[in-house]
Amino acid sequence: MIKLENLTKAFDTPGGTVIAADRVNMDVADGEICVLLGPSGCGKTTTLKMINRLVEPTSGKIYIEGKDTDQYDPVELRRTIGYVIQQIGLFPNMTVEENVCVVPKLLGWDLARARQRASELLATINLDPAIFLKRYPKELSGGQQQRVGVARALAADPPVLLMDEPFGAIDPINREVIQDEFLKMHRRLKKTVMFVSHDIDEAVKMADKIAIFRAGKLEQFDSPDNILAHPASAFIADFVGTDRTLKRLRLVKVGDTMHPQSPRVTVDEPVERAVALMYEHGQEFIVVVDADGRPHGYVDLAAARDRAGPVAEHRTALPATVRLDDDLRAAVSTMFMHDVRWLACVDRDGAFAGFITQPGITRMLGETYRALGSAPH
Amino acid sequence: MAAIALVVAFALGVVAQRGGLIDQIGKYRSDILFLTRQHMKLVAISGGLAIAVGVPLGLWLSRPRMRGVAETIMQALNLGSTIPTLAVLALAMSLLGIGVVPAIFGLWAASLLPIVRNTYAGMLGVPAHYVEAATGMGMRPIQILGGVELPNALYVIFAGIRTALAVNVGTAPLAFLIGGGGLGELIFTGIDLNEPGMMLAGAIPTALLAVLVDFAVGALAFWVVPRGVNPLR
Repeated sequence: MIKLENLTKAFDTPGGTVIAADRVNMDVADGEICVLLGPSGCGKTTTLKMINRLVEPTSGKIYIEGKDTDQYDPVELRRTIGYVIQQIGLFPNMTVEENVCVVPKLLGWDLARARQRASELLATINLDPAIFLKRYPKELSGGQQQRVGVARALAADPPVLLMDEPFGAIDPINREVIQDEFLKMHRRLKKTVMFVSHDIDEAVKMADKIAIFRAGKLEQFDSPDNILAHPASAFIADFVGTDRTLKRLRLVKVGDTMHPQSPRVTVDEPVERAVALMYEHGQEFIVVVDADGRPHGYVDLAAARDRAGPVAEHRTALPATVRLDDDLRAAVSTMFMHDVRWLACVDRDGAFAGFITQPGITRMLGETYRALGSAPH
Repeated sequence: MAAIALVVAFALGVVAQRGGLIDQIGKYRSDILFLTRQHMKLVAISGGLAIAVGVPLGLWLSRPRMRGVAETIMQALNLGSTIPTLAVLALAMSLLGIGVVPAIFGLWAASLLPIVRNTYAGMLGVPAHYVEAATGMGMRPIQILGGVELPNALYVIFAGIRTALAVNVGTAPLAFLIGGGGLGELIFTGIDLNEPGMMLAGAIPTALLAVLVDFAVGALAFWVVPRGVNPLR
């Protein structure tokens, strides 16, 4: 969808020539979010701005949907590419509606259609059109403004979206919310997105592919998990952080690593049955469920061995449970909090679905190193 | 505050009536009407021309390619504004003779600076990221100027126009001295003849006119500047 070929930008400064982007080669597939990541001055923003010609490349080619962007008038090109900046840039002299309708009007849409589109987009970003269309940017919070900024970029339904640290100016709590909203929206709209960020956590969360830049060069272009597990250089290993294996935990959901088909007992069953099941499955614990399948404690093998009576007399309370769509990082945090090596998982209705164990998680994380035969460095 | 001002004005009025001042002023009623019309014509033409030249000049100076030169030109204009208006009028007279034309030229020159300076400052004060967003969205420079930069600078530009016109009204009495007419006739003749009644007959309408013009431009600014960038709305 977007192809960068030997893209280079050199600036002439009083101190000599600065190569801001050095023969960047990249292929972004249709519908993917590609995050350009790196420290300040690494060339990620310059590369992004060359795509919509805000910066003129010194050499190299850019292809969007197979077409060479050199062939187009830059202004016309920009009208087909959505652009979101960090400072948001909503025009304060225009209402929200007028802001969103800017590009459609530039493209010659008729007013009614543009207004209709603005209304739909506001609904998509969870802002009530009836209230917000006629408001001015100064009457919106920072988070609301940036959501309108994203809507404005999507107004003319461009295939490509360029975002330059779009959520950088928003407070961390709202940032999480907006990131989640954007991901949800992206799953539906499937635009190809190029996103500049300097925050590794944001990149890991949002990206289908991460492109790591350093001093103008593209150093690694891969999926978040691969970059975290197999950083191509010491610089990248440093940049992603020494806790990068923990960061990988965010990419996996509890449901993906859960032991399936877990055995379980009910409160009135005899404890001998519980022990037998534990031996059968090689477990040291078994979860106790009620009639609806909800977990109500567990039986510990060491405590229940050679005992008699109903399970109700031998069970211990569960310290906590995790949900299937929680990410592993939250789950491991819960494990540490309660000093346990396993946790019961529940589905959306609260019914017991399975369990996760610390060894199981570390085994899963180590898979990628064993597969390639390389230890992490 | 307004209540105190009203009381003071009323008290002054009573004193004036007692001293026969109001009758003295009243003598000149027809002169006042005629000269006020003349005065307003001077202000309207010179002010209108100042806006017509000043705003485009300020816009032009604010363009990126003028970056190096603009400050120098602004300094030159600043210097020009330190020349007393009377001197400007005298220069105009030596170039253009006497009458309405040099008067309008002198008043035009005196009103120019606030308008140019405010337009220049207002345009430069528009945050750069609005222009970046507009460029990135595919607006052409002229569309950005009219749709983004100018509306955001409008409040400051109006403030400059308001100042310039108020100054213009207050300076216009000098036009009389080079044959341009206006309420200055009553003011200066009243001074020369030592007749306070005549002087006030010229001075008070001038002051009222200045207040009226200031109020009118202020009201215009209130309604014309878009609500999103209008600090008053």
